[in-house]
Amino acid sequence: MCGIVGLFLKDKALEPQLGEMLAEMLEVMTGRGPDSAGFAVYGAGNAGHVKLTLRGDNLDGLAKALAAAIHVAVEATAHDTHLVLSVPAASEDAARVWLEAERPDLVITGSGQRIELYKEVGLPAEVATRFGLQQMAGTHGIGHTRMATESAVTTDGAHPFSTGPDQCLVHNGSLSNHKSLKRTLTREGIYIATDNDSEVAAGYLSWKMRDGASLAEALEASLDDLDGFFTFVVGTENGFAVLRDPISCKPAVMAETDQYVAFGSEYRALAGLPGIANARVFEPEPAHVYAWERQS
Amino acid sequence: MTTLDLSTATRRDLNGALHALPKDAPTADWTVLHPEGQHALAAGVNAPVTVTIKGHAGYYCAGMNQQATIIIEGNAGVGVAENMMSGTVHVKGDASQAAGATAHGGLLVIDGNASARCGISMKGVDIVVKGSIGPMSAFMAQSGRLVVLGDAGDALGDSIYETHIYVRGSVKSLGADCVAKEMRAEHLAELAELLAAAGVDARPEEFSRYGSGRTLYNFHVDNAGAY
Repeated sequence: MCGIVGLFLKDKALEPQLGEMLAEMLEVMTGRGPDSAGFAVYGAGNAGHVKLTLRGDNLDGLAKALAAAIHVAVEATAHDTHLVLSVPAASEDAARVWLEAERPDLVITGSGQRIELYKEVGLPAEVATRFGLQQMAGTHGIGHTRMATESAVTTDGAHPFSTGPDQCLVHNGSLSNHKSLKRTLTREGIYIATDNDSEVAAGYLSWKMRDGASLAEALEASLDDLDGFFTFVVGTENGFAVLRDPISCKPAVMAETDQYVAFGSEYRALAGLPGIANARVFEPEPAHVYAWERQS
Repeated sequence: MTTLDLSTATRRDLNGALHALPKDAPTADWTVLHPEGQHALAAGVNAPVTVTIKGHAGYYCAGMNQQATIIIEGNAGVGVAENMMSGTVHVKGDASQAAGATAHGGLLVIDGNASARCGISMKGVDIVVKGSIGPMSAFMAQSGRLVVLGDAGDALGDSIYETHIYVRGSVKSLGADCVAKEMRAEHLAELAELLAAAGVDARPEEFSRYGSGRTLYNFHVDNAGAY
């Protein structure tokens, strides 16, 4: 099962409501995935800075200790079990080295100029509320409600997966060649942290994009290299894309208006969106890449 | 007329009331408001009643229908009219995957497009799609008729048994053992009847017929060496 949702805003006026809209979509998909939930939101970025989303316990005082250690100003925003750090881009590597040495217990769920990425075990509505998704603003976001099939019900196994700067992916389906692909990616220097098949898909796209492919080209290539069932929704700093496997095994429905592009595993997830009655509602074709880019 | 608003009533209220209708006497029409893509709306109805759903329906709408006329004034999710036995289901928008799957009888009319696997394993239903149908439609179709005014996607009629398929537009590819067939007088007559039943104004002469090559029916002795 699993439910996935995505929302890409075209109308700036809706940006303050992104989190509220995404939270409702996520909650409607509880029936498809009650085990755990997660979401990524592309919010405001601070020029010349990188955001690192950390997950773990004992986060109090962490930003201060990091700032003292690497001698730069570090801003921190706490959201329950997650902490978003904003560090000068030039100090990102130093921050990562310090975190790895001093706090190996923490996981960096995502990083980039604008991405914030949260995930936890529990019902989607509870997860959204714990992190305050409803109050988050942004240009686009993706979310996932998980019913685990290929790996355990843990926060590590929850989606989205981020394997590159400002990149993230949610997946409904299961891949059968993820083990061999993971070995290829590891050789290519793409780090896959978990045993999850979906993280391998995310890593595959990061690999292709690192080597110069656009998001759409990376997805095109995945049709040849990924074996299994999948509907993917992918976010990048300025892009949003959808791809289904060639036999469209997993459900997908989209709605587009002048204000937004929305994705849901089922139409129910989209039913509460503004102007849905007049939206162009369609099913993405199998093996066809749908991609949108933000004009800034 | 009975109106039920799903923004206040539950789906069980709706289906419970529809299941309680008399099977052998006509009932006044039903209207369902605010469906919002909920699943299994008006599924399992067995009564001569007309139910109009004002909006988009989720999965398995009008599944297992018997006798009823169910009109969806919007799109329908996966498996609309799956396993229908009799009656009519009319989708005014698009239908998702597996529309009319395994249906034994009745008429399914889709004004828009139907996506993948339309009429998969159909067993006697008549399906008329005014738009186009997706890949792998009429997969293992056993009997009944499938009429498409638009185009058909890849692998049409793969492993088909005896369903008659009529397509006015193009067919991207035919599945295993599905072949183009001659349109004889009885087929033109059959198609004219189906188009009339669906309220479609189109000329039967513009359609091509596809059906079973019947080469998968029996074990091919040349394959005996494989065992």
